[in-house]
Amino acid sequence: MTPALPSRPPDSVTTAGAGLFADALRSQAVPVSEVDWQPPMPGTADDLAEVAGDPLRRDANALAVERVLGVQAMLVGLAPAADLLDLERGHFLHAGPPLTWDRASGPMRGALMGAAAFEGIVEDPEDAARLFASGALTFEPCHHRGAVGPMAGVVSPSMWMYVLEDPASERRTFCSLNEGLGKVLRYGAYSAEVLTRLGWMRDVLGPLLAEAVDASGPVDATGILTQMLQMGDEAHNRNRAGTLMLLRDLSPAMARSRRSADDVAEALTFIGGNDHFFLNIAMPACKLALDAARGIDGSTMVVAMSRNGTDFGIQVAGTGDAWFTGPAQVADGLYLGDFGPADANPDIGDSAITETAGIGGFSMAAAPAIVRFVGGTVPDALATTRRMHEITLAENPRWQIPVLDFRGAPTGIDVSLVCRTGILPQINTGMAGKVAGTGQVGAGLVTPPAEIFPAALSALAARARGRRSPSP
Amino acid sequence: MTSPTDHVEIRPGAYADSVTLLQVSRDVAATPGVVAAQVAMATPLNVEVLGSMGFAVPDCSPNDLVVALRLADPDGLEAARGAVDAALAAARAGRADRSTAVAPPRTTRTSLPASGTQAVLALVSVPGAHAFVEAIDALDAGCDVMVFSDNVSLEQEVALKQVAVDRGLLVMGPDCGTAAIGGVGLGFANTVRPGPVGIVAASGTGCQQVMCLLEAAGVGVGAALGVGGRDLSTEVGAISTRTALLRLDSDPAIERVLVVSKPPAPEVATALEEYAASLATPIDLALLGPGQPDLTSAVEGLLGRLGVPVPSWPSCGHPATETAGSLLRGLFVGGTLCDEAMLIATEALGPIRSNIPLEPELALDASLTADGHLMVDFGDDSLTRGRAHPMIDPTVRLDHLARAAADPRTGVVLLDVVLGHGAEADPAAALAPAIAACGPPVVVACVGTESDPQVLSRQAAALAAAGAEVHLSNAAAVRRAVAILGGRR
Repeated sequence: MTPALPSRPPDSVTTAGAGLFADALRSQAVPVSEVDWQPPMPGTADDLAEVAGDPLRRDANALAVERVLGVQAMLVGLAPAADLLDLERGHFLHAGPPLTWDRASGPMRGALMGAAAFEGIVEDPEDAARLFASGALTFEPCHHRGAVGPMAGVVSPSMWMYVLEDPASERRTFCSLNEGLGKVLRYGAYSAEVLTRLGWMRDVLGPLLAEAVDASGPVDATGILTQMLQMGDEAHNRNRAGTLMLLRDLSPAMARSRRSADDVAEALTFIGGNDHFFLNIAMPACKLALDAARGIDGSTMVVAMSRNGTDFGIQVAGTGDAWFTGPAQVADGLYLGDFGPADANPDIGDSAITETAGIGGFSMAAAPAIVRFVGGTVPDALATTRRMHEITLAENPRWQIPVLDFRGAPTGIDVSLVCRTGILPQINTGMAGKVAGTGQVGAGLVTPPAEIFPAALSALAARARGRRSPSP
Repeated sequence: MTSPTDHVEIRPGAYADSVTLLQVSRDVAATPGVVAAQVAMATPLNVEVLGSMGFAVPDCSPNDLVVALRLADPDGLEAARGAVDAALAAARAGRADRSTAVAPPRTTRTSLPASGTQAVLALVSVPGAHAFVEAIDALDAGCDVMVFSDNVSLEQEVALKQVAVDRGLLVMGPDCGTAAIGGVGLGFANTVRPGPVGIVAASGTGCQQVMCLLEAAGVGVGAALGVGGRDLSTEVGAISTRTALLRLDSDPAIERVLVVSKPPAPEVATALEEYAASLATPIDLALLGPGQPDLTSAVEGLLGRLGVPVPSWPSCGHPATETAGSLLRGLFVGGTLCDEAMLIATEALGPIRSNIPLEPELALDASLTADGHLMVDFGDDSLTRGRAHPMIDPTVRLDHLARAAADPRTGVVLLDVVLGHGAEADPAAALAPAIAACGPPVVVACVGTESDPQVLSRQAAALAAAGAEVHLSNAAAVRRAVAILGGRR
């Protein structure tokens, strides 16, 4: 923008506040853009001013955006978690902020119990509960080891993981393979059928995909995401185009592998029949981008949103490793079969990393085909994406949304903008049954608990005050 | 104790700006069966006003909407509440009509164009506690900003202006009532012809007075940049005044610049004089203070330097000659006009009590009354917290005018009426009956132009018809008021 010579009229005026002044400008034939200003979240005015006045903020956020948008996420390989993450027997990873067994929800407990059985630590998953309760078996957040996990997000040492790498920085992130829908470990189911499928994924699918990636070379996950948004996927609840593009890239190498034709056919059928298969690549691709912005002093950008089925937590670029948590909400949406709201567990999973990066619920406008699946309408979807632009720092020039005239995906949630507008991030999510062992009961829309944003803002403000007047 | 015909309800989270709520209150008060109605945000000031009206307001936060109704008959409650809902809905619809299917932007940041070479300006008039954040949005986007909001802390003002200086941008305000850029009036602004004069004003109504006098003399204004009443304080150090002068100096359309200010800090005034002398464009300083020329004299001096003859400043109405009372009661909506009036009148009458006193010991208490000469600025921060400015909402001043009129000690009532964009559509309509009912003589400074939406001559004629003596020059009005009192101390 160019400041005007004072004797020339401005090309337009933006007004915030009394509508009277906007009217007065219109009566003078000046183009006016009028802000629909509302008071910020209660109690945040002082912290908002402190953070807005932080001399580091503008450059810090510009740097955070630049770093996030600069990441190229390449799928470079697959290997067991034990090798990649230094994950020892008896130790597990889970979705969301840190959690203790006594506070763990049904699906989280079910997934951990199932994983213990999968590792052969117990014969019957039910026997694992005691071991987790006693501390004999331990667990920590996926995010703490560079990984993300959908729903319960439980990772055990022998599970195969995707490895996503940013070639420029050689930083890496990880995610397990998608198990499909219905009764699956990530929704807290742990029946024999669930464990059998996990075994096949460990023995056949993982090694086959690893061989295919090695043979065909890295897969450009960021590039696939770009195309997905133009093909009707929002890459959280709909990954159909992404899954098929992955197959397109890997199937020749799979066909040429040393595996039997039956194994290859079974793997192709499994992947092709699972519309969410690409989600487990989209998630670490998003984390890889967002991790680039971690630890930038003064930045108000959210770098992770995550839920463990009990708490919803966020991490912010300018507040180090701190988690700001509040109670996870139950999603509003549609239920499978006879299930209803009483069956649903509060929100769970690291998959909100997609929204944090600007896709999923934030790019809902790109995926009109699934708006009803998550309980919305097409106009809602367009409005949601536009609304998310109010709380984000940038538009992703790579991830464009055709129906919004190729506007970029809303990227980089700004804690202060959430507090100023009261607009909460919109997340598309699946719903797990709250009783361990149930599996998926539905899908819908959810938002974080509002109070975690003022809490994060307050921490940012405290840091800004500290910089302004360093303690002696 | 709430009377059975009083009804008070709190509506949490139902925000609307004070001007909108003023209109809503007026619409509801006009509903049959409603004796009094106040629909307002529950700020401490508004709760106090409601208390003084006899309403008992329960505990609430400034973000809550409070609806207070006094009814002729308790049975009328349902109809009255219906009128509140209808008026609020109409206010919302009025704004929504202009929008398209796309929701309007929620912050200044998102309302600004993403990029480009357009000259865009931001005008912020949200409540003072929230103005800094919106203004920073504008500066972040590389855009000048006018902060109309008052009640912004001095610390925030300095921070905002420091950011602006670092980025070569201009912050007008906070508490900047008036600006005109390329003929576009912002905030409270009079319609004047374009011309060679640039104005830098640390005072809103002072700027308006100067613009209107120049217009009456046939001289146009190219730009008027407001800088806020505290810009020439020691703490702020004229940061925005310097930027504004630099901008005007680089504008080939501007031939002469006049700086208008309430009394500045002496060392800041000295530094500013040095700075002004370093610029190519001739700068005149009209810095109000004891022994300094008033605004009318400053304009006359400027006209002389431009080689334009000084006209006889317009006035109308019947000159009042005598009065029974002995005290001057000045009731102002314009802070600078009030300051100027005190400076002039003090010379003849001695000390004048005020809520914006020339000396701290002359301060009025919250009752705004005193046994002596007094002048009140109803636009002062402490009287506008959560309320519309008195140039929009005349309620509080009308109340004090009635009290002054009923006080036998009152010798002369001195008023200002400020016209222009943003101000009341017809201020004389509300004032005329009060003036007509006033025993002591009334002298009015009516600041405006023929091209203003309210039309100067029509307003002046209506005020004169009610019995007031009306002047375009505030200084002339004050001198007439003093003369009527016979200059007695």
